[in-house]
Amino acid sequence: MKTRTRRLTIIALVAAAGAIALAEAWFVATPYPKVVTSGTAAIGGPFTLVTTDGKTVSDETYRGKWLLIYFGYTFCPDACPTALTNMSAALEKLGPNASELQPLFITVDPQRDTPVVMTDYLKSFDSRIVGLTGNQAQIDGVLKAYRVYAEAQKSEVDNADYPVSHSAYLYLMDPQGRFANVIQSSEGGEEIAAWLRKQMTHRNG
Amino acid sequence: MKRPFKLILSIALALIAGAQVNAQTSSASSVVVERPWARATPGGAKTGAAYLILINNGEAPDQLLGATTPVADKVQFHSTTEENGMSRMREMPIVDLVPHAKTTFDPGGMHIMLVDLKQPLKEGQTFSLSLTFAKAGKVDVTVPVAKVGAMRPSDMAPMMHHHDDTMKE
Repeated sequence: MKTRTRRLTIIALVAAAGAIALAEAWFVATPYPKVVTSGTAAIGGPFTLVTTDGKTVSDETYRGKWLLIYFGYTFCPDACPTALTNMSAALEKLGPNASELQPLFITVDPQRDTPVVMTDYLKSFDSRIVGLTGNQAQIDGVLKAYRVYAEAQKSEVDNADYPVSHSAYLYLMDPQGRFANVIQSSEGGEEIAAWLRKQMTHRNG
Repeated sequence: MKRPFKLILSIALALIAGAQVNAQTSSASSVVVERPWARATPGGAKTGAAYLILINNGEAPDQLLGATTPVADKVQFHSTTEENGMSRMREMPIVDLVPHAKTTFDPGGMHIMLVDLKQPLKEGQTFSLSLTFAKAGKVDVTVPVAKVGAMRPSDMAPMMHHHDDTMKE
């Protein structure tokens, strides 16, 4: 009997420890869109960046327009062309409504993505997408404001050809510069256009 | 009556699609390379992505060890994973090929990364890619280039679409 109680106690302790570990893991690993979609969390904020044609812009430059922002980099062969292609298709699908929107491609990799590199790269996508870069501090600032985690996966052997982990979302900000919502950048153009239409009517109305 | 007919038609279409696929095999090998294709690269891009399907028809496991192409300095195998809203590329030094199984390289999943391109990849062009397997040895494939950001090879678009729609119903 005594052994059984002890065994039960051990099982209970193990279970409790497991539950705590799981709860911790859940809190740590919960993807943040679960939080951000619930309202106006502190996503976004002031930034100063440089357009591909050398103009300095800030968040205030775009007041009065919806902002659709993708954070990526040109060295990325798979996810970034997909996202920018989807964005381009969505703009086309939006038709005249696209004029209420300013699409932005902000690099997470300013060391390699100079204005010249970005200008060239963006020629392959919708011409309304504006490329933004800056110095490392400016980029760090905007990434922090948008709670975007970017991390260069540099290795000792390969210092030039490194991939960068980056957010998989498109961020939508309303004309007052407030965070509206996010969508997976891997969604097709049609889905993104439908989502944008819904978001924009919802807020306008 | 209508339903089974539709099903048979779908299977027949799928078979035809399969037969049309540009299957390239080395005679000595049990690894078949199907549907190789690549995306055209945006202006000035230093990297490109190619995709294909590897089928190990053999009884033993095999491994994709590496690849070379005249259009790029280096060829790497990568998987893109999304964790907690982060898109992360992970290099796979070796790709394991289980017997009687398909390994698919597709946008958003695994891709063959062409690093330091010597020339841009332009839609409609082709380039050669030489794959080295542990057992099957060297297999050379010709890779056609589709649009920038394409999700599938150009010639497959209508067929794949039809199939997807059928599956959703």
